[in-house]
Amino acid sequence: MIQAVFWLFGALALLGGLMCITRRSPVASALWLVQTLFSLAAIFVLLDAQFIAALQVMVYAGAIMVLFLFVIMLLNLGRESATDMRGWAGRLVALALGLVLVTELWVLVGSPLSGQIQLPAGTLNRVAQEQGVVGVISDSLFRTYLVPFEVTSILLLAAIVGAVVLAKRRL
Amino acid sequence: MLLGPALAVSVILFSLGVAGVLLRRNAIIIFMCVELMLNAANLAFVALAQQLGPDGQVIVFFVMAVAAAEAAVGLAIVLAIYRHKPTLDVKDLNLLRG
Repeated sequence: MIQAVFWLFGALALLGGLMCITRRSPVASALWLVQTLFSLAAIFVLLDAQFIAALQVMVYAGAIMVLFLFVIMLLNLGRESATDMRGWAGRLVALALGLVLVTELWVLVGSPLSGQIQLPAGTLNRVAQEQGVVGVISDSLFRTYLVPFEVTSILLLAAIVGAVVLAKRRL
Repeated sequence: MLLGPALAVSVILFSLGVAGVLLRRNAIIIFMCVELMLNAANLAFVALAQQLGPDGQVIVFFVMAVAAAEAAVGLAIVLAIYRHKPTLDVKDLNLLRG
């Protein structure tokens, strides 16, 4: 059952990705990408990452994609225009490199995980029932990864200031 | 056990993102393909977190923050370029070529 649901959303995610890179209009591309993001959120739930799934919908599908669509609309790119695909040589290179990458990564992920570092099955689920879904990640986020967390806030501040400076017509 | 299938979907999604970056010339679509690659990496992290402990999910949290910062700055650069020269085709943006 879980396998079937997984493959349904996996296929939807891959379809969205394929359409995203082949649609001519940027708006269509963005909306297909939203489909991929939502399907990935569903897959995250199947993989016991409920909080990450909620973040995926709110931050990615909500905030980031709205930003993309906003810029597309602002630049008036919604109309049909001449294709921006590369010529047949570029398409061939893209296809070949994509296939090479799939093969390489396929071999890489095929190598088995060491049993020593592997948790017993269902551990994450048990921890989530003890500490709550958010507790699973907040515990290590605010203990082990406290410094990276604070550095991320500085990164976001720098991004805000940078975006304002870059997009402002005259300082 | 969803680890194998999830990693397979992640691999194909990442390669689609790479192919998209190589295939398209529209700067905004190239950005979206980068987001696709980041999402494929997130999927791999979440799938492995189920086996190896919840730290993988914390990394996904950081990846999302970095992706948000990247999108904001990248789109601001796109706006600045568009004001300078009204095109998004990376073929026409060759000011640095000698």
